[in-house]
Amino acid sequence: MSTARRARKLPLLGVYTCIYLLVLYIPVLFLPLFSFNDSIYIAFPLKGFTLQWYQEMFTNSAMLRALENSVKLGVAVGIVSTLLGIMAAKAFTAYRVRYAGAIQGFIAIPLVIPFIILGLSLLVIFSQLGVPLSLFTIGISHVVICVPFSMLVLISRLEGFDSGLTEAAQDLGETPWMTFWLVTFPLALPGIIASFLLCFLISFDEFLLAFFLAGQESTLPVYIWTQLRFPARLPGVLALGSLILLGSVILVLIAEWFRRRGLAPTNKKVDTPFQ
Amino acid sequence: MAEGTASSSLNEAIGTARPQRKRRWVTQDTRRGMTLLSPILLLFMFALALPIFLLFAISFWTQTGLRPTPDFTFDNYLAFFERPVYATLLRRSIENSALVALITVVLAYPAAYFVAFKVKKNKAMWLILITIPFWTSYLLRVFAWKVVLGYGGVINSGLMTVGLIEEPLTFLLNNRQAVIITLAHAWAAFAILPIYVSLEKIDRTYLEAASDLGEGPIGQFFRVTLPLSMPGIIAAALVIFIPTVGDYVTPLLVGGNNGLMISNVVQVQFGRGSNWPLGSAISVISMITITGVVCIFLLLSQQLKRRLT
Repeated sequence: MSTARRARKLPLLGVYTCIYLLVLYIPVLFLPLFSFNDSIYIAFPLKGFTLQWYQEMFTNSAMLRALENSVKLGVAVGIVSTLLGIMAAKAFTAYRVRYAGAIQGFIAIPLVIPFIILGLSLLVIFSQLGVPLSLFTIGISHVVICVPFSMLVLISRLEGFDSGLTEAAQDLGETPWMTFWLVTFPLALPGIIASFLLCFLISFDEFLLAFFLAGQESTLPVYIWTQLRFPARLPGVLALGSLILLGSVILVLIAEWFRRRGLAPTNKKVDTPFQ
Repeated sequence: MAEGTASSSLNEAIGTARPQRKRRWVTQDTRRGMTLLSPILLLFMFALALPIFLLFAISFWTQTGLRPTPDFTFDNYLAFFERPVYATLLRRSIENSALVALITVVLAYPAAYFVAFKVKKNKAMWLILITIPFWTSYLLRVFAWKVVLGYGGVINSGLMTVGLIEEPLTFLLNNRQAVIITLAHAWAAFAILPIYVSLEKIDRTYLEAASDLGEGPIGQFFRVTLPLSMPGIIAAALVIFIPTVGDYVTPLLVGGNNGLMISNVVQVQFGRGSNWPLGSAISVISMITITGVVCIFLLLSQQLKRRLT
């Protein structure tokens, strides 16, 4: 009764949230807006519509090279982080791990450490060990920051399901390996795909670690960073940035779709007591 | 969660039914768990714990020519305190980040509250709308603010086109406010999720009980909802405060000379300045200071929580 009355009295909160979301999105939307503007200056009034900046991208070999590097890196980081994430999530949800809380905390450290510290300490250790900087060194740093996300996504997926299913498979004579492939893997698949896509995105968009740990080959964010110094290159950056934003949004939507599909049965159980 | 406990108590029940097998099973269980965790722990040992330990060690070394050489000296720490610029930048970074954390949490709370309590249909859609910016390129989100605030940027050229101003406003970009606004915007999505989760977890029967006991909506909020959502507020504040102290991109893009932060001088020591031990010492002092601030913050929030409940 009183809750219903309050809900009617407070559309304010809803209006506030909409404004909040608009403010979240609007500054970023200027990038695509000016990427179609027929002027090298990013300023109003708009001069006219052009696709020139997009066309120029396809002949820019340095950019295409960086894009290729970023995609390769993202795929590798996505696969490795997700594999490690599956193993960690399986360990925490299926077995009794000693000091589970402490170990989870340790794995979550990259979430709360300034990237500059992580990047520089990795730079120091690679140089002391004589490891040459390359896409590989960037990849290691990206796996470190992606694994916590992957683990969290997969733990929430694996937590919900019935361990009776894996026990049944084992009682019926399947080996642990086959049980994993026949039971755990299909059930966890939505979470696995979501984890892969999110790790790919984190790696694809990450700038600071790549900036410190890049050798001869750079990634797309590092390439963009080098372009920001030249005003004449800005329209090209806007076009590239707009495409990256569009691609990121599409990947997030796909990842979210998979993650939520994976979570559906558990969510229902959590939600019911409230309604 | 509930199912996890149920299945583990089921395991225990089976274990007690077959006592002779229990011990072997438990150790095998733990061993399998550790086997699965070993690659990740190995990676984190070599790519997280060891590097940070080495950074700590190098802060006591000396720079000879282009290479840091093993030594044991406090000179780098003394250098930090001799030149006030480092302490000033560190203090400024911490103030900036504290302000950013405060702004984002205060602004995100009502939105998180709305989605957790008021939205009945399409909750997933709201959550996805809130999460999308979280996953898009950080560099581009920061760059967008340079486009908005710049000398010939969106605001200036927009206001000049409609004739409100004659000359571009110069106070928009290249100062601390620009850094704080940009950081608050770039990290907004990080604040809303932890707060939302903590609000969603609140057992609605507590609110009903408070209402039955005669608390009005405001009393309910301050005596039930706010204290119970404290873990989310604290998590959000920390997840924003800690990484933003070390932010490198934002001060360089929108901060100008007055907006520089500690990581910009650290980077110089590892780049052009080429004094890794000094850079490491500044990093170590920064990490210790951040940890100290976080501990004080946690203690204060514990006290606040006790007073609220």
